[in-house]
Parts: sequence; structure tokens; C-alpha cells
Amino acid sequence: MSQTDVLAGLAEILEEVAGVDPTDVTPEKTFIDDLDVDSLSMVEVVVAAEEKFGVKIPDDDVKTLKTVGDAVSYIQKAGIAA
Amino acid sequence: MTRSPRRVVVTGLGATTPLGGDVASTWEGLLAGRSGVRTLTEDWIETVPVHIAAPLAAEPPLGRVEARKLDRTQQMALVAAREAWADAGSPEVDPLRLQACVGSGIGGVLTLLSQHDVLREQGSRKVTPHVVPMLMPNGPAATVGLAFGAKGGVRAPVSACASGTEAIALAYDLIKFGRADVIIAGGTEAAIHPLPIAGFAQMQALSRRNDDPTVASRPFDKGRDGFVLGEGAGILVLESEEHARARGARIYGYLAGAGISADAYHVAAPEPNGAGAARAVAEALETGELAPGDVAHVNAHATSTPVGDLAESKALYLALGSAAGEAAVTATKSMTGHLLGAAGAVEAVATVLAMQQCVVPATRNLDALDDEIELDVVRIDNRKISSGAALSNSFGFGGHDVCLAFTPA
Repeated sequence: MSQTDVLAGLAEILEEVAGVDPTDVTPEKTFIDDLDVDSLSMVEVVVAAEEKFGVKIPDDDVKTLKTVGDAVSYIQKAGIAA
Repeated sequence: MTRSPRRVVVTGLGATTPLGGDVASTWEGLLAGRSGVRTLTEDWIETVPVHIAAPLAAEPPLGRVEARKLDRTQQMALVAAREAWADAGSPEVDPLRLQACVGSGIGGVLTLLSQHDVLREQGSRKVTPHVVPMLMPNGPAATVGLAFGAKGGVRAPVSACASGTEAIALAYDLIKFGRADVIIAGGTEAAIHPLPIAGFAQMQALSRRNDDPTVASRPFDKGRDGFVLGEGAGILVLESEEHARARGARIYGYLAGAGISADAYHVAAPEPNGAGAARAVAEALETGELAPGDVAHVNAHATSTPVGDLAESKALYLALGSAAGEAAVTATKSMTGHLLGAAGAVEAVATVLAMQQCVVPATRNLDALDDEIELDVVRIDNRKISSGAALSNSFGFGGHDVCLAFTPA
């Protein structure tokens, strides 16, 4: 899946779960500080992303995903591995 | 901290009920004698023997993202608290002197049960990470405390159908003895679901008038056969008189006294002679420095159960003596149904307005007063009353008895 597709998919999830404006969802943004997604909502984002992209994101790895860009790369790699 | 007891005033009111989405529409509904009870159309309705309830008149007007992290009890409490806060003129208050006291009888039972379904059907990974803060009984108090930055304390009394009233009684003590200047206090409940309905039905506590919903809730009537389950929230902004006067707030009246007692008789049945409830009424008068003859109006707990209504009548006579027969009594549950932990908070709102406007909404569906009930229950037409103290009673499973005493400004 292309970077653009993953980014668009994440933007949809973030809007659904946390009301984030899709135009704010760019690779350099941090989930917690920039997009105001708290740790509980981040769990929802991860579960929705696993379903949408058909990947597994273990809890230990979630902690390493600080920015939207981190998540996009992770999902792309996990997608290839799957 | 102020050492001498201070007087407590009511400066803001908020509600969302089966009669309306705010205080004005609820009060208009009470004066018009409207019923909030209707036949349920949910797909599960045939699984339970009771098909009627009193749902909210208006869905909580919250944004989608805000709503999805909040149980319905929290949503309703937030809506009522926002109304009450605005009604109080959005008080400027030191956050350390602001508290929230919001009770619920059952807490986030809709979330608990729906997420249990998710767990069983879809597995633990699909359980929402918000489930614990949504189902915990202190959730609504926490939601309200967060919304208004109440850093002085957030409290959540749980005493079944007396919860909201006990939250107000607790707030009374906290302000009176100087532990807070402003408290957002009340109750909330959302339990229209087959499990609570089945449970209350098994206790023989619910009316079975499935074919005639609007006349099913009939407190004090000979033909009463149980309560009608309702949902909603009521919130009062309570304030020390000193704080309210200093900011020039509009004052509805005083919360002059509050009484809390317990039957220690049975976990669900009221003490038949009303002795426990009478102690709560007596304490409300005593703390408010009131005499029985000062009481012009009583908003009774009166849920429409055969034993409960009779015990309350006896309790009022025990506490007030012959003055019990002089007060204009009403049972607004005849219109709202029984909002469990929110009931007393919504009724406190109605009591304050009745006292302030000197008009008591008539009890509906009271065709023939029970021969054993000797109260002056207002029926058919609303009644003008002279200015005086007003009581609001709430009792709950567990033997909880709470009474609030309001006096005019």
C-alpha cells in the first residue's frame, strides 16, 4: 500500500476516533502533542488501523509510534511482512 | 476556612428529563401535566414483561467525538451541568473552592452490558479503552468535575434512588462547613435496558400497565401497581450565600437543611412505619432550623409502589405531626416516571421552582387517593401556595433516606 493511501486511511481513523481534521494529518505531526489524541484514544486508533490495513501492531511497538509518519512507515513495513 | 456554619443558596438549575431537554421544558411539562412515559419499541422489548418506560425527551446535544467517550449517564450529567452553570451566570470561582458531587444509582450499566457483548462476540481487543472510565459509578461526577475544572474535590455518593439527593445533601454539608464555595451537585441515570428492567420486574417493583403507558405511574392512587423506569439528569449549582452575594448572583432560594438516615430494616423494602424516612425529614428540619408548620410544600419520593407510598405518608406524619396534613404534597414521578439516582435531583429542581413561583404541579393519574394515605396531595389542577419551606424526599434500595429542605430567598 502506498504512503499516500496509508496516510489517507489513518486520517479517516483519526477523524472517526478523535475528531481530528483530516487536513491536519501530516507525517511530521505527533499524535499526543500536535493532534491531541490521548493514550486511550491512541489504543482505539491502533485497533482500527490493524483492522483497516490487515496488520498487527503489538502494544510494545505502539509506544515507538510518536508521529503520523512513524505510524505510516510501520504499517507499510508490517503490510509487506504480512 | 470559615469556621462558623454558612448558609447555602441555589444559584443555578439544569435538567434533561423525559419531559424536556432542559429545565424550562421540563417545568412546562410538569405544569401542563404531560406524561413522559411511552411504549418502548426496542428490538429486545419482547424479552421482558414490562414494555413501557420514560426515555429522555431530547437526546443529549453533544458532538459525536465527545459523546463516544462518555456513558449515557455522563452525557446527561454534562448537559444538565452546562445548563445549570450557565443559569448560575458561569460563576468566577477559585478552582480549589469548586467541587462536583454527582450521584448515580447504577452507574454506566449501558456501557458495561454493551461492552460485555463486544467482549463475548468480538474478543478483548475490540473492547473500548474508554470502558472503565465510562462504567465507573464516579464517572459522571468526574466528567462534570473535568468540564468545569473542579479541583476542590469530586464526589459520587451511591445510594440507589437516593443518590442524586444524597449528592446534594453532601454538597450542603461541604459548603455549610466551609470546605467549598461552589458545588455542582445532582444525579444522573440511564438504565433503560432489558437487564435492569428484568431485575426490577422480578422484584415486582414495576407497573405492568403495558397497554396504557401514560397512566401507569400513579403515586398515592388506589390502583398503583409499581413504578415506571425513567432516565435523565438534574443538577443544581449550590453556593455559599457569601460567595453568591459577592458576585451579585440571582438566588432561587436557600438549601436550608438536609437530612440523611437509614432504615436498617431490609435491603429493598421500606420500613413500613416510615421511621427511618421520618428521621431524615426531622434532620432536614432541624439543620434548617425549621418547624413542621413552616413546610408549605413536599415533593414526595412517591414512586407509585403500593408499600413505598404508604410508608412515606406515615413518615411525614411521624416527622411533621399534624402539620403533615397542611402541606401541599405532589408526586412528579406521575409524569416523569422514576429516574432512580437522578430522581431526587430532578425533583429538587422542581421543588425549588415550585417554592420560588408558589405553584405546585398537580400529581397526575391520582383518580382515587389510597384510603390509608392522609396527605393533602395536589391533584387535577396545579395549586397556588403561600411562600414557605419546601421539602424533597428520596429513598433508595439499601434503606437510604434523604430529605432536602429549601426555603425562599
